[in-house]
Amino acid sequence: MAKSIDISDLDIYYGDFLAVQGVNMTIRARSVTAFIGPSGCGKSTFLRSLNRMHEVIPGARVEGKVVVDGQSLYDPGVDPVEVRRQIGMVFQRPNPFPTMSIYENVLAGNRLNSKKMKKAEADDIVERSLRGANLWTEVKDRLSKPGMGLSGGQQQRLCIARAIAVEPQVLLMDEPCSALDPISTAAIEDLIHELKSDYTIVIVTHNMQQAARVSDETGFFNLKATGEPGHLVEFNSTQKMFANPDDPSTEAYISGRFG
Amino acid sequence: METPTHLQERRDASDAAAAEAASAPFVPLVRPQLPAQAPLLVAVLAVAVGALPVVVLGWGPVGGVLVAAVAFLVALPVWSNVVEGPRKATDRLATSLMWSAFAIALVPLVSLLWQVVGNGFPALSGEFFTFSMRNVVGEGGGIYHALVGTLIVTAWAAAISVPVGVMAAIYLVEYGRGSRTARVITFLVDVMTGIPSIVAGLFAYALFVLFFGPGVRMGFGGSVALAVLMVPIVVRSTEEMLKLVPDELREASYALGVAKWRTVTKVVLPTSMAGIVTGVMLAVARVAGETAPLLIIAGDTDSVNFNAFAERMATLPVFIYYSYMQPGIPPEFGRERAWGAALVLIALVMGLNLVARAVGRWFAPKTGR
Repeated sequence: MAKSIDISDLDIYYGDFLAVQGVNMTIRARSVTAFIGPSGCGKSTFLRSLNRMHEVIPGARVEGKVVVDGQSLYDPGVDPVEVRRQIGMVFQRPNPFPTMSIYENVLAGNRLNSKKMKKAEADDIVERSLRGANLWTEVKDRLSKPGMGLSGGQQQRLCIARAIAVEPQVLLMDEPCSALDPISTAAIEDLIHELKSDYTIVIVTHNMQQAARVSDETGFFNLKATGEPGHLVEFNSTQKMFANPDDPSTEAYISGRFG
Repeated sequence: METPTHLQERRDASDAAAAEAASAPFVPLVRPQLPAQAPLLVAVLAVAVGALPVVVLGWGPVGGVLVAAVAFLVALPVWSNVVEGPRKATDRLATSLMWSAFAIALVPLVSLLWQVVGNGFPALSGEFFTFSMRNVVGEGGGIYHALVGTLIVTAWAAAISVPVGVMAAIYLVEYGRGSRTARVITFLVDVMTGIPSIVAGLFAYALFVLFFGPGVRMGFGGSVALAVLMVPIVVRSTEEMLKLVPDELREASYALGVAKWRTVTKVVLPTSMAGIVTGVMLAVARVAGETAPLLIIAGDTDSVNFNAFAERMATLPVFIYYSYMQPGIPPEFGRERAWGAALVLIALVMGLNLVARAVGRWFAPKTGR
């Protein structure tokens, strides 16, 4: 069920401010694609434009094409709600719904869309998603407890379980480990490896080692200068990016000599 | 390898600091202090000083209290300044001033409660709560009709203003944020906050005269007037509560492919429900004691009236007003009923506030810890 994404000449604006300019890339299905780059270069903005979350911010808009499965996401007739059902997202800070139990949090995507389902079916989805997110053994005895009672790492895995419970084609992750300790990070990286066989995963990270560990392909974003829009400098297989990048600025950034 | 160098440098720096400290003069950390009972002692002396003019010159108690307060506010900081130094003295002065302000703020509240409980409590009885004033002259009778009227009128007011207010707030926060319409509505809500209650009553009266002709009186008209006063409070409090819901939760919901209105009804509203309910309860408590609009449009009667859409309807504030202004002959019984009704009204409003707190705690998102 995984899909590939083709992006051509994508310009992303906040009002009149051009934040990201001229991105072209193809994100392969059933692979992990990582975006790296300095803060403010538009990685997260670009990621959010892949499932039309960008336009949630007032005044934000996009020019260019994002094609998933032959359909352009920014065509006039496209319903952003439908797009987001196909392309799920995990955020930087864990954000379980505070009014819901662990069980309800996992089912939120289905329940909030008032999908009718039997109890057995719902139980099945909850168990499958929590197992998929490596959380089942930790929470199976307290599914009715509030989701906010979990630790930060568990909350983030709960959010991943919630995202995969609606069975999206693509999973976008915006720095999913930046608020977590190394052990929870390792758990989530393992999870990304497992999810790769079923989903197309796109991840933004500030952690170069993480990009090297989890991703198959890497895109490096950078700013030409302060105040200039961000752009995609290089997009290559992760192995090549970290061993022998084409662009000298990529090498400078990866080796820590940035400037 | 640069780490060892860093450590080396740090150790050098701390050695140097230790050497410097050894040569620096000894600075005592203990300062002289007033005894722990000092404020109490000064207070006793201040009371004695205050009692002096009362006894000797025959002043009233107010003058005595003032003299005692001034004596305390001067004596304690001066003593502290001599023993402890200026910083502690300022602290003592500021602390004393705060407590004085607190005491002054409490005076009207305590005196009001004292008066109302003292005068109203004897009036309370089984008859007082279960009888209306129908055919009662002099002793006896009760506030049943007014109690029922207040509950009905306030309930209708809430039924009108809560949906309008909450939906207006949802529009302002979720849909119209930053738009011109939203700014205009916010401005109008602010203007509404300042409407005098008598004007709201006149508005309701004028409105109902259009439909039912002059001289119309009905409980529902009072509800409309109270709703006019309630709507801005509900809008304001709900707006603040909705703004407190983090955008991350909305985005989490959108990212699951949930439509906007479902996000609002299933995620945003439940998350802020505690605050919204509390705000509504406080708005209800605020209007439950309104007199002027009800005087105009709901009127007063001695009988029980359960129908808000026909005939006059007595309410507690109006009942208090008429019982005191026209207590009947002899006046003692009317006055006593007025005090009793005032006590019941205060208890009612306080009860609503307590319920609001309990409900707020009940609805609050649970952390499970």
